[in-house]
Amino acid sequence: MYLATGAFGALGAALAVWPLIDSMNPAADTLALSTIEADLSAVETGQRITVKWRGSPVFIDRRTDKQLQEAEAVDVSRLRDPQTDAERVIKPEWLVLVGICTHLGCVPLGQKPTDDRGDWGGWFCPCHGSHYDTSGRIRKGPAPTNLVVPVYEFLDDSTVKIG
Amino acid sequence: MAAPTMNNRMIKWFDDRLPIFTFMHHELHEYPTPKNLSYWWNFGSLAGIMLVVMIVTGIVLAMHYTADANLAFGSVERIMRDVNYGWLLRYIHSNGGSMFFIVVYIHVFRGLYYGSYKSPREVLWWLGIIILLLMMATAFMGYVLPWGQMSFWGATVITNLFSAIPLVGDSIVTWLWGGFSVDDPTLNRFFSLHYLLPFVIVGVVVLHLWALHVHGSNNPKGIDMKGPQDSIPFHPYYTVKDLFGAALFFVVYAVFIFFFPDYLGHPDNYIPANPLVTPAHIVPEWYFLPFYAVLRAFDFDIWFMPAKLLGVIAMFASILVLFVLPWLDTSRVRSGTFRPVFKWFFIILIIDCVVLGYVGAKAPNDPLIASQESVQAANDEYNACVAKADAAGKNGEEECDKPFFVQYVHLGQLTTAYYFFHFLLLLPILGRTERTLPLPTSISEPVTKGGAGAGQ
Amino acid sequence: MNGDGVMTRRIVTGLAAAILGLGIATAAQASGGGTVGERHWSFQGIFGTYDRAALRRGLQVFQGSCASCHGLKYIAFRNLQDVGFTEGEVKAIAVDYTIADGPDDAGDMFERDGKPSDRFPSPFANENAARASNGGALPPDLSLIVKARADGANYLYGLLTGYHDEAPKGVELMEGMYYNDAFSGNQIAMPPPLFADGVDYEDGTEATVEQMAADVTTFLAWAASPEMETRKRLGIKVILFLLVLSGLLYAVKRKVWADVH
Repeated sequence: MYLATGAFGALGAALAVWPLIDSMNPAADTLALSTIEADLSAVETGQRITVKWRGSPVFIDRRTDKQLQEAEAVDVSRLRDPQTDAERVIKPEWLVLVGICTHLGCVPLGQKPTDDRGDWGGWFCPCHGSHYDTSGRIRKGPAPTNLVVPVYEFLDDSTVKIG
Repeated sequence: MAAPTMNNRMIKWFDDRLPIFTFMHHELHEYPTPKNLSYWWNFGSLAGIMLVVMIVTGIVLAMHYTADANLAFGSVERIMRDVNYGWLLRYIHSNGGSMFFIVVYIHVFRGLYYGSYKSPREVLWWLGIIILLLMMATAFMGYVLPWGQMSFWGATVITNLFSAIPLVGDSIVTWLWGGFSVDDPTLNRFFSLHYLLPFVIVGVVVLHLWALHVHGSNNPKGIDMKGPQDSIPFHPYYTVKDLFGAALFFVVYAVFIFFFPDYLGHPDNYIPANPLVTPAHIVPEWYFLPFYAVLRAFDFDIWFMPAKLLGVIAMFASILVLFVLPWLDTSRVRSGTFRPVFKWFFIILIIDCVVLGYVGAKAPNDPLIASQESVQAANDEYNACVAKADAAGKNGEEECDKPFFVQYVHLGQLTTAYYFFHFLLLLPILGRTERTLPLPTSISEPVTKGGAGAGQ
Repeated sequence: MNGDGVMTRRIVTGLAAAILGLGIATAAQASGGGTVGERHWSFQGIFGTYDRAALRRGLQVFQGSCASCHGLKYIAFRNLQDVGFTEGEVKAIAVDYTIADGPDDAGDMFERDGKPSDRFPSPFANENAARASNGGALPPDLSLIVKARADGANYLYGLLTGYHDEAPKGVELMEGMYYNDAFSGNQIAMPPPLFADGVDYEDGTEATVEQMAADVTTFLAWAASPEMETRKRLGIKVILFLLVLSGLLYAVKRKVWADVH
């Protein structure tokens, strides 16, 4: 009887703590901003643009044929996080990535033409030296996985919806 | 002990009902303290003073600060420019963090040298480590509040450490942020916790003092007090000595506040936070640098454990190892004064920690000895070789010899390894094998065989 | 306790060592790619103050050469009174600016002349407008620029005087970029802002590029740390007080401890 009462009370206390913990999770207005649409009509071949999605940068890269060939030519079995380029894109010309280094969350360089793009011509994270290739895959440095591809779809030829 | 003589009837009346005056008299006035404490023992009370300084300036600063991602940076500048003496309060507070850590680190190393963690003071030692951990959390969150570039990216990098936890890591990070990146909700909760934690520290400090007063202070000889001839009352002897030390310390503190207020900070933190641009080098405050070096020492995986998780584990382990230190150090002699071999390893440990801090401030893959140019040249040659081999249909990465250079990360690995070696292997073995010097029979006995560097 | 002196020395050495250790942290931050020389500044050192004449000239340079692209949003016109401008001068400077205010009684925004309590208005409405007008590059607000760069004053001076008409051989400049010794990566989007005789100094000083760079650097150093002179003055008093207090406490300590053997 004592034990049952105690257990019942403890259950109540545990349930009462949950709202406190959950209140620290993303709030409704934050979640509401979780999709954006980006206009691609002005992006030229070889150009990279950054859009902001959920407070983080998303890289959109209209790849040149050379970049595309480099990305496809890689021997996938030699990668830390093996993925073919085709698995990472919807339309091969357009590469869409969350611009957050998978190591500790810095924004890799490479969006501006003057940036250091690393040894594989993709992106280079200045924080701890991770190199990504033209498919956003990790090639060297401490990052454990490839740059994340967000959920996205093409609404038409020049509009992409992210999230 | 007899109650203090209380002439004032009001005080006596109150004390009969709540004996707080008796308690204070007992613990702060009569409290028998070893009479041979050196100036290294000043840093405990100094840490207490710093805690008060931080809380008082912090409370006033909070009256002017706005915890909002769009307003925080500007509100700090308003404090600096428009609030009366705002610049003074802020510089006392921002430099105070560094001063607090200097004091506490010296306090910790004093304890390490004189064996203050040994029986019967293990719980006292644990409470001290808990205070250190709470201080680190408080300092980290406080550094985020000005919402400059280093604030933002420091918060991003450190909170991302938790994503190394298998399975639930990402959910935890999202929960910590209250969003999908470090943003307004993160700033607000950090402010809330930054205000709360110092008072938790006060609570643990009370326990720390309670535990201290059970067995009394350790002392440079590391032997117990045998009787009244070994001790003196805390007041006035140590009150005046602590005050003198504090005044001297405040001179150093004031030099920073008034003449080098931003020396310990980072210029990038005067650039407002920008979630889309990462600074070239993210460097934590100096007091976290050794831990940062340990975090980054792991650039390789072991079995199923990725480098990132190993780094995080090692970083936390570097502090947690101190919890079991009382049992790792098997020596029955407390004070390093009478341990001739330990003494040298203690100095090496200090150097090791300083080197770790140095490595923590550097970019991990920069060459340690070779010049940037020669490394660049060798890398270019290698890349050219790989490209050539790849073009010829061979595996370039296997064909070509990758140039090797000693980098900062290697020094970091060496010093990290030594740090754990010191605690996990050296101390247990040394305690059993070391020939210690004969201990004096009592604190009062004139020192004849004391070693150098031990004070008196 | 004749060891007091020794121990004091030890503690001081210990602290010094700790502080030296910290030096490493900041030394590491200074790296960045550009090269910057050193120069003597009026506001250097324990007793350094801002050269008032340089501040006046610096304001002229700022208004003439910087303000069309860069803001100075944390400085109000009234702040100029702290460094020797008269109330009348401040009003005259403020009036030349147009400030957006409102809403008025009808709910509309309106423009009016500046007042001493206003801050320097930013040249662009927002970051996007600023980037759009500057080929994608964002001219940063200059209120804190001296504090926001390692070795800020020397860096700024080096940047302003570090332009080359042509890039050195072997360096290919990106379109719309200029070669600069001090800037990290040596390619900067900001066109050279200073030209000889670009301003007519009120005090008749010859407006060489070096002179203008030094003046505007002094002005911006003040904008970043307007509290510096007060801070240093108070600092000397506080430190003297603490030294005397330490001396007194040491004497008391000796006296109290005299009977302990």
